[in-house]
Amino acid sequence: MVQSLYGVAEETKTIWVYLERDGDTLEGVCLELLARGREMADTLGWSLEGLLLGQNISSLAHAALACGADRVYVVDHPRLADFTSEAATEAAFQAITGRRPSMFLVGVTPNGRDLAGRLAVRLRTGLNADCTDLRVNPETGVLVSEVSGFGGGILALIEMPQRRPQMATVRPGVFVPPEPDPERTGEIIFLDVDLKTTPFRTHVVERSVGEALDLTQAPVLIAGGRGVDGDFDTLRELAGLLDGEVGATRPPVDDGYVERARQIGQTGVVCRPKIAITCGVSGAFHFVVGIQDAETIIAINNDPEAPIFDYADYCIVGDVREIVPALIRELQDPRLATGNP
Amino acid sequence: MLRIIVCVKIVPKPEEVSVDPETWRLDRSHARSEINPPDMNAMEIALRLKDRHGARLDILSMGPPFFDPILRVALAMGADHVTLLSDRAFGGADTLATTYTLAKGIEKLGGADLIICGEESSDGATGQVPAGLAEWLDIGQITMVHDAQVDLERRVVRGRREIKGGHEILETTLPAVLSVATACNEPRFMDYRIKEWAFDPEQVTVWGRNDIDADPDLIGAPGSPTIVSGLEEATSRERKRRFLQGSPEDIARQLSAVIRQAI
Ligand SMILES: Cc1cc2nc3c(=O)[nH]c(=O)nc-3n(C[C@H](O)[C@H](O)[C@H](O)COP(=O)(O)OP(=O)(O)OC[C@H]3O[C@@H](n4cnc5c(N)ncnc54)[C@H](O)[C@@H]3O)c2cc1C
Ligand SMILES: Cc1cc2nc3c(=O)[nH]c(=O)nc-3n(C[C@H](O)[C@H](O)[C@H](O)COP(=O)(O)OP(=O)(O)OC[C@H]3O[C@@H](n4cnc5c(N)ncnc54)[C@H](O)[C@@H]3O)c2cc1C
Repeated sequence: MVQSLYGVAEETKTIWVYLERDGDTLEGVCLELLARGREMADTLGWSLEGLLLGQNISSLAHAALACGADRVYVVDHPRLADFTSEAATEAAFQAITGRRPSMFLVGVTPNGRDLAGRLAVRLRTGLNADCTDLRVNPETGVLVSEVSGFGGGILALIEMPQRRPQMATVRPGVFVPPEPDPERTGEIIFLDVDLKTTPFRTHVVERSVGEALDLTQAPVLIAGGRGVDGDFDTLRELAGLLDGEVGATRPPVDDGYVERARQIGQTGVVCRPKIAITCGVSGAFHFVVGIQDAETIIAINNDPEAPIFDYADYCIVGDVREIVPALIRELQDPRLATGNP
Repeated sequence: MLRIIVCVKIVPKPEEVSVDPETWRLDRSHARSEINPPDMNAMEIALRLKDRHGARLDILSMGPPFFDPILRVALAMGADHVTLLSDRAFGGADTLATTYTLAKGIEKLGGADLIICGEESSDGATGQVPAGLAEWLDIGQITMVHDAQVDLERRVVRGRREIKGGHEILETTLPAVLSVATACNEPRFMDYRIKEWAFDPEQVTVWGRNDIDADPDLIGAPGSPTIVSGLEEATSRERKRRFLQGSPEDIARQLSAVIRQAI
């Protein structure tokens, strides 16, 4: 069997989280990984460390310390100013083979995925992708990753007993973000990398970023499925009344009624709103994983047998075209606005 | 002439995969197979490049022999040839072994200017194959593109992709790997006039591990670092499952009370 570049015997007892920059903050998913990483590190008595790549970004290291990291490695290099998967892979490769962490966790963003896929191959190690949970075996220090299998409500557990680092990627919203503690201190260490031989193949020609949509922060989520038959305007009106956001199952996204950034579920966003209202959604497991941590779930579906009702607190057997407008009228009722029904 | 290889995975139709209630194992035996839907979007991008620049378009797929008839759809859409990497020793591959095997197949095909993949499969859905392929082949990558433009003189490809709150356009030198955003285009239909040609046995080549000089330690289960250590039943939170009754107006009133309390 081919070996990874270092094995269990050479690993350091550390969990690393890749810290991806998002403008002048860290990506939310990285903070979520720090929160879960902290719990796992405490279980094992290990150290939690971050890897930050970029140029003039060391101020972000403090944010990671405040969110639970014991130590942050900063690689400051002009080739890392704009993310390219080749330079980032080489920088991460040198940092990882130098320090030999047991685990390397990456958030699922477009760049995170690009990095993880290349890096795992360069390290000749495995990659547990799009995990829905991460745990550690306290005896062996082996990472047990949960990924959801297609179709039904089963979850597969994946482990990597021999090769290191144990790599895993996790989507935004799977873990709860930490409460930052600005008093928390830790070490910041600058690492040198040599990127002279890394080819300049890829560059950014244009990048335009506006206000980012973040469904994971919405207190109320109105999720439309195939059953709303493309009528997302009515759902937007409802969302507007409740300070919420509109999400969707995959079919309306594939059909172009809603942008992909609003897809909820295994291959979309995982949310934990206070209230989720599903409209014309059947309740496929792939979708349900995206809302199952909502505090309250309300489901509207005209099929009394729809599986979504098994996951809902309040079940309405009815036509979305009647129920949703009635709810909108009710919420617009001026007696409610005065808080004086 | 531009040389393009599209990587196509054959997957069971997701809605036909069931779970055996006794063993909690996946039962794919009743599921029909199809081309991974995102790979149809990859095909469409490749065919548009072929229409524009002229290209030799190869399809590469790893999987069992029964994939053969399904892959002929790609021929009828306009691909020139299919290569199916099929060997018992390829079985049980995770992304590391899969990307190695596909990369060996690509090398054996003589490489290409562009290797185009779907964004992710509908079964494993790791989305990690394109980046892994680029690494084995030691070439650049642009993932999740909505379109792709090739400049043959400068030997570069440009792709636009969506990022949080916006988009970016990346350029990389050829050869390169692209992955194509799911549902970003309308894949064309098969051309029935070439159906007979597409079903000619000659249009599909099957290669085993020796044909691609694969290192036995890097393929299939032995080449896969990840192991499935268990399957467990998904536990979801206990829910009230209270059915609300009445006219739409009655229901709306009850709902608004529930909502006010929950917020
Ligand atoms: C690997 C993989 C990943 C996937 N990832 C995701 C994912 O991230 N997110 C996701 O959503 N899906 C995902 N899917 C698809 C998923 O399996 C389901 O196919 C999808 O969630 C179904 O969407 P739906 O409920 O809107 O549509 P349907 O299953 O078609 O359900 C429509 C529902 O609407 C009801 N309805 C119809 N008309 C009305 C009406 N007038 N009033 C009230 N109710 C009505 C019907 O009774 C039905 O229950 C994935 C699939 C695979 C294989
Ligand atoms: C539920 C489930 C979870 C899994 N989790 C993991 C995991 O965490 N880590 C892991 O290493 N493996 C995992 N696997 C195994 C993984 O699905 C296989 O390794 C597979 O061969 C490649 O990954 P993918 O299907 O995720 O491809 P993706 O990376 O999602 O596919 C992207 C594109 O790559 C191309 N492609 C992928 N496979 C082929 C092929 N066989 N032939 C031609 N082109 C192809 C296609 O263009 C496709 O659109 C999982 C499998 C299942 C069923």
